Order: sequence, then C-alpha cells, then structure tokens
Amino acid sequence: MKKIVVLAKQVPDTENVGDEAMKEDGTVNRSKLPAIFNPEDLNALEMGLNIREKLGGTVTVISMGPPGAKDILKHSLYMGADDVYLISDKKFAASDTLATSYVLAGTVKYLGNVDLVLGGTQAIDGDTAQVGPQTAEKLDFNQITYVEDLIECTDEHVMVQRDGEKQKEKIKTSYPLLMTVTGNSNDPRYPDCREMLKYFRADLETEFDEEEKKQAQKNDWIIPILSADELGLDEERCGLSGSPTQVANIDNIQLSGGDLEMYADEDDSIQDLVKDIMKEQVEVE
Amino acid sequence: MKTVVYIEKNPINNKAREVSLELTAKAYSLMEPLDGEVVGAFIGEGLPNNSEELFTYGMDRLIHLTDERLDNLQSAVYKNIICEMIKEEDPDIVLYGATHNGRDVAPLVASKLQTGLTADCTQLKVDDYRDKGKILYQIRPAFGGNIIATIVTPEDRPMMATVREGVMPLPADPPEKSMEVEKFNETIEEDLLLNEFIDVVKKDDTVNLNKADIVVSGGAGVGSEEDFKLIHDLADALGGDVGASRAAVDFGYVDEKRQVGQTGTVVRPKLYIACGISGQVQHRAGMEDAKKILAINTDPDAPIFDIAHKGVVGDLKEVIPTMLHYLKEEE
Repeated sequence: MKKIVVLAKQVPDTENVGDEAMKEDGTVNRSKLPAIFNPEDLNALEMGLNIREKLGGTVTVISMGPPGAKDILKHSLYMGADDVYLISDKKFAASDTLATSYVLAGTVKYLGNVDLVLGGTQAIDGDTAQVGPQTAEKLDFNQITYVEDLIECTDEHVMVQRDGEKQKEKIKTSYPLLMTVTGNSNDPRYPDCREMLKYFRADLETEFDEEEKKQAQKNDWIIPILSADELGLDEERCGLSGSPTQVANIDNIQLSGGDLEMYADEDDSIQDLVKDIMKEQVEVE
Repeated sequence: MKTVVYIEKNPINNKAREVSLELTAKAYSLMEPLDGEVVGAFIGEGLPNNSEELFTYGMDRLIHLTDERLDNLQSAVYKNIICEMIKEEDPDIVLYGATHNGRDVAPLVASKLQTGLTADCTQLKVDDYRDKGKILYQIRPAFGGNIIATIVTPEDRPMMATVREGVMPLPADPPEKSMEVEKFNETIEEDLLLNEFIDVVKKDDTVNLNKADIVVSGGAGVGSEEDFKLIHDLADALGGDVGASRAAVDFGYVDEKRQVGQTGTVVRPKLYIACGISGQVQHRAGMEDAKKILAINTDPDAPIFDIAHKGVVGDLKEVIPTMLHYLKEEE
C-alpha cells in the first residue's frame, strides 16, 4: 500500500501556437493559447496509477493554480485518480519555483504519510525543471529526476531507469521518494468511461450551493480548494515575497525577417542555389 | 565579485564537459572587468583528465571533492557538498551547466540556500540594478520560446543560473591562468548515499551536432522514415551532419539525439538547411544563430522563411535530389 501524490500543472499549449494566437507583429498572444494538462505530468499520473495497481494504495493529484485548473483535476479523476485538490490562493500569485515548491511541499505534508511524489520533469510554459527537485528538498525526500522507465516497484523499493544524458542509469532506491518523469516513460491512458460518468459533474467546492452540496458530497463530486491558511503556510514564503527571482523585463520575440533570397523550384535556379552555397561555405572558412 | 562554476565531467571521455569550459569562459568575461575571481567546483570520483584546460579559459582556482562513492549522482550528498563549498567561498554568482545532473542538483542547492535560480539562460551580464549595485542579469526564453525574459535575484545571494551546452560559445583567444587545484575537505554522509546504481550504460556520444559546420535537418514535412534518407544523403554530400525537428523525432524518423531546438541541441553552424520544417519557436531557439539558413518547404507562409536567408518553396523530395545532382557536378 502506497500513498502517492502527483504534482500536475495546467499550462498554455506553447508547443502548438496556431494562427489565432499570433498577433500582427509576429508575437504570441498568450491569453489565446488553449490551456492543457502539462504533457509530462500525464506521464507522472500514469506511473502513479501503475504503481497503485501493483502495490495498492491511493493516487492523489494536486495542482496549484487558478480555478480553471480544475479541468486537469477532473481529467485526473477520469483517468482513475482517487482524490484531487486545487491549491489556490491570491497569496500564491507571482510565485517563482522556490515559492511554488514551498506551497507544494506544504500540501504534501498536509496530506501526510506520503510515500511517493511524482511529477513531470518540466512544464512546457517555463521549462525550468526546478519545481520537482525543490519540492523534494523541502520534504527532505530523496529524488530521482529524468526517470524514463519504471522497471520494478515493491513495498520496500523502486528500480527505475534514469536518463543521465551521457549514460543510462538503472537506479534502485527506497521511499520516501520524489521522481520526475520524462515524456517517453509511458503512454498515459485515456479517460475511463465509467470514471467519466461518475465524475462528469465534479466541480470546485465553491461551485455548489448548500442544497447541492449534500448530493455532491455523497457522489464524491467535490474538488476541495486548499488555501495558504488551511495548509498552515507562512505567507512571507508564498507568492512574490517568497520568490527570490523577479522578472525585470519581458520582450516578445519577433520574427526577424529581412534578407530572404528565394530560388524557384526549377533545375536552373536549384543549380544556382547549390553554387551559391558552395561559394559561401568557402568564403566563411 | 566572485563566481563559482560547477564543473561536470563527461563520463564517456572523462573530460570536463563542454558546458563547463563555456561557463568558465563566460564567468571570466563577467568577472574580469570587476577584478573578480572565478572558482571551479567539482564533485566526482576523480578530476576530469583535462582539468588544466579550465585554466586556459580564465579559471583562477579549482576546488574539488573526489571520492569513488561519488562516481554517479547522489543528489542529497552532492547538494550538501555544494552548499558547503558555497558557504566557504561566499560567491556572488554560481553557474551550473543545464545538464541533466546540473538541473537535478542546482534546484536542490537553491532550495536549501533559499536563493534564486534561473534555468537555461541564453545571456548573462553583470550590471547595476536600481539601488542594488552590480547584479546578474539572467536572460532566458520562456513560454516555449515565445518571449524573452530578463530575470534578476535582487536580494538573495548567491545569484544562480543554469546554461545549456553550446549556448555560450568559447572565446577565440582565452586568457591563460596558472593551475591551482585544492582539495575540499568535507565528510561524505554515508546515510545519504541513497541511490544504488545497479547498472550504468554509457550512451553513444558520436553525435556532436554543435560541432558541425553544416547541419541538414528534416521535419514533419519529410513524411516518412524512408524519405528521411534524403536528409542523410544531402548531409553526406555536403560533409555535414543530420539534425531534426521535434516532430521528426516524435514520428520516429530519426533518433532523439539529433533533435535541434529548445529541447535538444543548440547549433550555430555556418549553414543550416531546414527541410520540411515549419519553424516553430522551439525549433528556432536551437538554430536561429546559424550564419546562413536555407529553408525548403512546400508552404510559402511557413514561419521558417521569416528567419531564413535562402528559400525554396517546393517539395523536398524533388528539390533535394536536384540539389544532389548538381552537387555531384560541382565536385
């Protein structure tokens, strides 16, 4: 029996920037990007469910974010998570990775007796890969990052393959443990029809009125929201005041454009292209 | 001012990793105008066998803790040793390679010291900031490469950043310093050696895209693994190496170690040929500093043409064979 917590983040889909999100000046309108389940967090959830299937126990998915992040929590329920929590508070606004990990570690401690924490290696909007390790440090858990395969798990230990970049590492370690997993670690399952039927009316606790609440409670439809106070967090370490890094400036990327020389898709001009390339390569050298 | 550079070894050739040399050179260029010092910090089973090379890029001193029990990453132990090294050296800045191990251990150190860490910086500079005096400006792409953010750590010290390999080029004529290596005395906490390495298999290190003068890359537009052979053929004919967009890797046309982009390798060759690559920001982040970019794409509106110097609107399955034909004639 293992108590497993999965860290999940809702992110703007930065990898598929469509025309509707492109502004006239070639920059991206971030508010127009669709919000999705951070891809590697789905792999983390899949791994958590696999471990639960082998060892028994529970999988709890927690997400820090605005109310809209309930969508990925519902998706987690559809995939088979036992419990989900939204961690949401105005005090968390503008948190950098250190402040975020303080809140996440605080939540894992609040849940209590957790054996294993799983998360994606990185989120596609920030690409920092820092929140997982910083959460492990605050929990005083051992960590393994870049896990690309779960080889074995028992009540006493896990054995995984880590992508050590220059080498593949087969590592055995024990609990408590935090692992960050890569996108090729598994294929996340599709939502389950039965779970969808069970949870399609699930919503944040604030969305039910008194009358509805009873029925919602009975049916397990309530997604609890945890605030800084409920988690017993030090306000100074959350949000802006808990963030050592600050954004001094933001520049939108603009496509440079300029001296583009086009060659027609005809034999003669391709021949010119080849000649030009060869000539320029000699010149550069 | 003082900068500590976390030095890593490439287990395949036992040399210091390229990024360690690059960061040493960068740290020197940041510290030199301020009469600052550059200190390398190394943890492992034995020093890199080219340690002297670090001093040819401006390192003043190398401190190290070497022990056979530290041959592979032991996150908790590494974290504590680095924190002790930082405590002793009291640097203003600490730089790490954004390698898998660097990105494992740097956030642990930042969390323990409760200071700021900025990942994957593409530019670093030291300058005045408000009333804080000289601080490190950490510049990095964010939001999948759609924006460039300048991050600062105004209050806490040290200011820490990671940088990916190949992002900061080595200077042509670095300053040579005399070699000074010191052992760092710290006991290894046995009970924190929590990872048991059952098996370690070195990877194939022969792909070295960021060393190639010419990179020919294929994307989703190539269409199949068979047709990806055209990309190899063109690279061979030009004496270049083969790269790929993330889409081509995801489709299984080519191995992931050839991926160019924000996730993948950063290249700045003399010539980059993008075949059937639309030019999403994350790909551009890995190749837009190429001296010349040739784009071949059927879609005249593909964003790759916005950064290309030369372009052909056409099907690569026809354009590349024609190019191969004329390349043969040129010989």
